[in-house]
Amino acid sequence: MLDALLAPFQYEFMQRAFVAAIVVGTLCSTIGTYVVLRKLAFIGDGIAHASFAGIVVAYLRGLDYYVGAAIVAVLTALGIGFVTRRAKVSLDTAIGVLFTGAFAFGVFLMSRLPTYNIDLQGFLFGNILAVSRGDIVLIVVLAALVFLVLAIIYRPLLYTSFDPVVAEASGIPVALIDYVLLVLLALTVVISLEAVGIVLVAALLVTPAATAYQLTRRFRRMLALSAGIGAVCAVSGLYASYYLHAASGATIVLLVTFVFFVAMISKRLFRFSV
Amino acid sequence: MTVAVRTHDLSVRYDRVLALDAVNLTLDEGQALGIVGPNGSGKSTLLKAIAGLIAPASGTVAVFGGAPRKQPPGTIAYVPQVEAVDWSFPANVYDVVAMGRFPRMHALAPFSKHDREVVDASLDALRIGDLRARHISQLSGGQQQRAFIARAIAQEPRLLLLDEPTTGVDAATEEALREFVRGLVGRGMPVLMTTHDLDRAAEWFDRLMVVDRRVLAEGDPAAVLDSGAYAGIREHVHTHGHLRVDVAEESPHA
Repeated sequence: MLDALLAPFQYEFMQRAFVAAIVVGTLCSTIGTYVVLRKLAFIGDGIAHASFAGIVVAYLRGLDYYVGAAIVAVLTALGIGFVTRRAKVSLDTAIGVLFTGAFAFGVFLMSRLPTYNIDLQGFLFGNILAVSRGDIVLIVVLAALVFLVLAIIYRPLLYTSFDPVVAEASGIPVALIDYVLLVLLALTVVISLEAVGIVLVAALLVTPAATAYQLTRRFRRMLALSAGIGAVCAVSGLYASYYLHAASGATIVLLVTFVFFVAMISKRLFRFSV
Repeated sequence: MTVAVRTHDLSVRYDRVLALDAVNLTLDEGQALGIVGPNGSGKSTLLKAIAGLIAPASGTVAVFGGAPRKQPPGTIAYVPQVEAVDWSFPANVYDVVAMGRFPRMHALAPFSKHDREVVDASLDALRIGDLRARHISQLSGGQQQRAFIARAIAQEPRLLLLDEPTTGVDAATEEALREFVRGLVGRGMPVLMTTHDLDRAAEWFDRLMVVDRRVLAEGDPAAVLDSGAYAGIREHVHTHGHLRVDVAEESPHA
């Protein structure tokens, strides 16, 4: 049993993958609590797709993928914040137009290259086993930064998420808090791209938090439960993918989806809550 | 006595619709000013402009001598008419009232003993101490209203803005709220409140203002009601089935 648990760790790339899984699982599901309560799931998904354009442009310029993805993701997040406050079109329409457009731009640029060695499938579906030593440092540092800012703005962010109008009247800088949250969401998406990929990152943002939401009616507990579910599922999913010889990102997402339905059904059956 | 609120020729527009037209208003500390007017008269807009939630099209709003948004956090407590919050949000009554402390707290500072005492006192003042552990979705309309007023009180504001707090609450709750608000006013709190309830206006307020886009009448509650400024609006609405802005010319105070 112990051998089976430790077996994957004989490979250095698996050690790195486990670190990445824990960090990405915890971070996505923590910020996911706000994503679920503020109904930003579509935004997270859109930021992920738009960042693909940044990856391709970074490749063309010989820059690090992360830099390109981060710049585009943060700019798109800020653009969304601006559109939400000013524009007359509905938000989901604006996101639908802009993000698919940006994603198409990335595919367009890439398809015109005579030869390309961007791992397209890796970015779409994630390849946590390919996380390098440098990636790990970047992931850990950026995740620590996101957690730190989340802790600093914890109370104004909670108030703003629940009741923005009254929060603003009381003197909380609601617009600033909204923008900061969007930037943190963009950074989270970028950190997660290599581990779970563009297509699946939305699941890690939404499903653990939605599962926690089923189980508790207190905010702090939802936050803690969501983070716990995200971390445990990411690690167990990675184990499962190792033994099943399956794609890690997809296995992790399947696991959180399974846990979500278990929580939903057991809540109905046992009226169970934390 | 300090002037808490002063508006000078305050006008507010929503796109092309003029919601408020050159409103002049003064509220001193230790005074309750009631605002009455028909639906759509701009009462709520007036509170929002004073809270700094809407920018004036022209004219000025001053709260304690400065712009509302320039006040230190926690200065203004605003209780909107219908709380447009997500009632399934994971929060119980205590959690909501505790949010009142947030504007005054520093980042990363723990919730202190003083903070807890203020929250407890606010819950008790609104008589919802026994509901503290109840989820917000399981409250009656009156209980919701009291929870949000308790949150405003927990903020320890210098100015309290209440938008129709008595709409949809029972008589006992209304009386309890009135006693509570009068107690605050007695201790020096300036209160600006909109209402539909003319019968109790003299008991609630030191001064009453009739607003229908413009100020139609203002002064001692009994005198304002006797003047017929409000009755004029009502009859007009009644006979025509809708409101028209020429009401102002027909009223004696315009």
